[in-house]
Amino acid sequence: MYSGDLTAATAAETADLIASGELSADECLGTWIDRAAGDELGAYLWRASRDQADAGTAKVGGPPSGVPIAIKDIFCTAGVPTTAASKLLEGYRPPYDATAVTRVRSAGLPMLGKTNMDEFAMGSSNENSAFRPALNPWDTGRVPGGSSGGSAAAVAGGLAPWALGTDTGGSIRQPAALCGIVGLKPTYGSISRYGMIAFASSLDQCGPLTVDVTDAALMLGLLEGRDEMDSTSVGIEGGVTRPQSEDLSGLVFGVPGDLIAEGVDPGVKAAFEATLGKIRDLGGRIEDVRLPHARHGISAYYVLAPAEASTNLSRYDGVRYGNRSPGSNLVDMYEETREQGFGPEVKRRIMLGTYALSSGYYEAYYGRAQRVRTMIVRDFDAAFEAVDFVVTPTSPSVAFELGEKTGDPWAMYLNDLFTVPMSLAGVPAISIPAGLAEPEGGGPGLPVGFQIAAPAFHEQKLLEASFALEGAIGFDGSKVRSGI
Amino acid sequence: MSGATDEFEAVIGLEIHVQLSTETKMFCGCRLSFGDEPNVHTCPICLGHPGVLPVPNRRAIEYGLQIAAALECDVAPRSIFHRKNYFYPDNPKAYQISQFDIPLASNGHLGEVRIHRAHLEEDAAKMIHVGTSGRIQGSDTSLVDFNRAGTPLVEIVTEPDLTSGAQVREWGQLLRATVKQLGVSNVNMEEGSLRCDANVSIRPVGSSGLGTKTEMKNMNSFRYLERGVEAEIERQKQLVASGERVVQETLHFDPSSGELHSLRSKEESHDYRYMPEPDLVPLAPDTAMLDAAAASLPELPAARAERYHSELGIQEGAARLLSVETEWAAFFEDVLGSDESIEPRVAANWVTGEFAGELRRQGEQDPADSRVSPKSLGNLVSMVSANRVSHGSAKSVLERMVADGSDPEAIVREQGLEQISDTGELQRIVDAAIEGNAKVAEQVRGGNEKAIGALVGAVMKETRGRADGGEVTRLLRQSLGL
Repeated sequence: MYSGDLTAATAAETADLIASGELSADECLGTWIDRAAGDELGAYLWRASRDQADAGTAKVGGPPSGVPIAIKDIFCTAGVPTTAASKLLEGYRPPYDATAVTRVRSAGLPMLGKTNMDEFAMGSSNENSAFRPALNPWDTGRVPGGSSGGSAAAVAGGLAPWALGTDTGGSIRQPAALCGIVGLKPTYGSISRYGMIAFASSLDQCGPLTVDVTDAALMLGLLEGRDEMDSTSVGIEGGVTRPQSEDLSGLVFGVPGDLIAEGVDPGVKAAFEATLGKIRDLGGRIEDVRLPHARHGISAYYVLAPAEASTNLSRYDGVRYGNRSPGSNLVDMYEETREQGFGPEVKRRIMLGTYALSSGYYEAYYGRAQRVRTMIVRDFDAAFEAVDFVVTPTSPSVAFELGEKTGDPWAMYLNDLFTVPMSLAGVPAISIPAGLAEPEGGGPGLPVGFQIAAPAFHEQKLLEASFALEGAIGFDGSKVRSGI
Repeated sequence: MSGATDEFEAVIGLEIHVQLSTETKMFCGCRLSFGDEPNVHTCPICLGHPGVLPVPNRRAIEYGLQIAAALECDVAPRSIFHRKNYFYPDNPKAYQISQFDIPLASNGHLGEVRIHRAHLEEDAAKMIHVGTSGRIQGSDTSLVDFNRAGTPLVEIVTEPDLTSGAQVREWGQLLRATVKQLGVSNVNMEEGSLRCDANVSIRPVGSSGLGTKTEMKNMNSFRYLERGVEAEIERQKQLVASGERVVQETLHFDPSSGELHSLRSKEESHDYRYMPEPDLVPLAPDTAMLDAAAASLPELPAARAERYHSELGIQEGAARLLSVETEWAAFFEDVLGSDESIEPRVAANWVTGEFAGELRRQGEQDPADSRVSPKSLGNLVSMVSANRVSHGSAKSVLERMVADGSDPEAIVREQGLEQISDTGELQRIVDAAIEGNAKVAEQVRGGNEKAIGALVGAVMKETRGRADGGEVTRLLRQSLGL
């Protein structure tokens, strides 16, 4: 019997314990199933029994085999409820596994459960879940961020060793930041999207939410790769190895001063500045970098993503699967099904997107937003000529209170101000915990995220720098994980 | 028809959907099928389950490129797939993946008709409406069969270069033959593997503008389409003649009643909200694919008709008839190949005339399925050319051949149909005929040349048809001193 506290170990450390025989995979799974059973954060929408957790998991030796994983409810899991936190899909059991799910399960990872999220990944607080909000383990009166809020809460609250999330405009990085863990959005195309319920197809990318950078690297190594089921997937050339760098000498970190000049909470700003100091301590250089169009990212994003969403979500018509609300004729049935099935934020975005694609408005909205996106891509191309990384705070504030921003969609959208440009550019970006800051109005310190973005497919370089910086920052979230 | 309506001409463009005969669907691995039990060839992808992604079928792209090459189109270096959004139960994703502003191919032609564009897309599922209405409105139940959902299609759009129903039929048949010759589709209109819509408008003769058009949907044969288009042209001319306006609408032509019905008004036309398909990268065929498509082209019907006419001297009508149906062309070429002495023009007339007619009479269609081999038909044609049997006898020989596959030599021998080629023997019969019909002979000599028919008939009767009619007439005229 292993006598240590598994919530104090990272996934990689747990994997080593299993590989060395100190901990049996059975024992490990039992411990985590018990932890997940005590979920008071609303992190899970569905939890697996022991048998369910193991069903479909390959029996393979070697790390990280045996370390269970929580999976965002946006991934299709064969025979297991998959709702994307929408009433419309309540009771839906997909006939197939997403490629990302197949990959982690064939590496020997049992599935702990399906985690809560904003409905169809639309939201930044997890309050748009049709079932219940997830709560921030640092302060259960506050949101964990979103849309991968359940995954972030599960890892930060010690309900899962690690978790799978998806990021369209910040949906991995922002909840990771708000919950004090690591969240990585890889380059668009590095991981298959097959089986990930689509929100905005040209932006959606799956990635890890983990305790530390090493775990993120380990999981990315399992996930990345070309998949014949996704013709936009290419994988990461050379794969991913465990990061080992201890210093940042010779590396240049660009700070887009114009992007982050306004709207950042003082505590977040202070933690960000302190982290820049740590970069210098490790031998890195800080420079100003210009991303002149990045501040228009949010506007472009809130045209493009809803436009794609409006067509992606049209298939939920009650004809073939999911909930059907009866109607007196076909159009009534469509309208009732969608009226009853979708929540307000989803409806808002469908309407925005439908409008943006309408004949006569396409050029003014969708066409223009695409051109802004192209300019942002060029901004990053130019920036990465001059610097190795672009760094920003992940989110302008620490975790906010439940209900604080639900009445003001635009205030909610601004959470994504610093994460959306990287999504539009398709480049990889990671959020690592950079310390604590007092929320506005005072109170105990809450986690602050530090975002680092790198050129497309330079994940290894990104992980190396993040690993070195993580060591210097020395953030410790273990008390929140163990629940003490 | 009143004089005023003659001053208008029809302007017709066609939209043709060709189902490709690939093994699997356009964006998933399900098998194509026709007539199988409903909903057995489906998967999460073609049912539009959450999270699925399309992966293009390479063979479908190759077939599309072959069609593009056959229609002499320009192929786009990077064509784009779009989503065409509309809600209907036959459309599982609520969008059809199609091509919009940059199609696979454009700017081609087939014969005298220009091709505007040809693009790749996926077919919808098939719906069956139970009840008397036959439509989703008012049906007791509507059923969806997703076997067809995702079948690869090439949509071919012509320029409005056609001017009559007959031309629509002829050109449609040429297009069908061309696609069939490529081997990329079954082109069966009744089964829906080839579907043709016609856009019809009229304009004053000599004008270059376009009038308001109506669309005629999905006729299941080119003959019906021809009749439908003619009826619609007439309807539009009558409307304009009586001072009314043509309204843009979709029409259905009922071939049994000859009537046109309006399906739905285009005024409430859909906004398809076309959007570039983010799940697919641009389609950029490489040189090897383009070369392979060009190299795969067989001799196509239009080129074959031209060769038959200019090189083999076959009349244009027969040349086209032979070329459009590949099985007839193959049969014809085998007849020619069976005997070098056969004249192509004669063989063509026999194949498209007597032989085709006799097959029809005996309820057959495909020459390849006939009991008559090209070699034995060639044999018969040679016998006629060499005057060994008369044309009349040959027709009755052919009837036997089609019925039981007998050898023509054997039939001729058995029935004693060999022509009397000995002039001396024929002369004796001619002389006897003149003697025995002295009155008629006198009339002929007296200037009533038509009366010679009775003398010819007498000779033919005596020879039981074994004499050549022309030779008999010649000998009769000679003997009567004409």
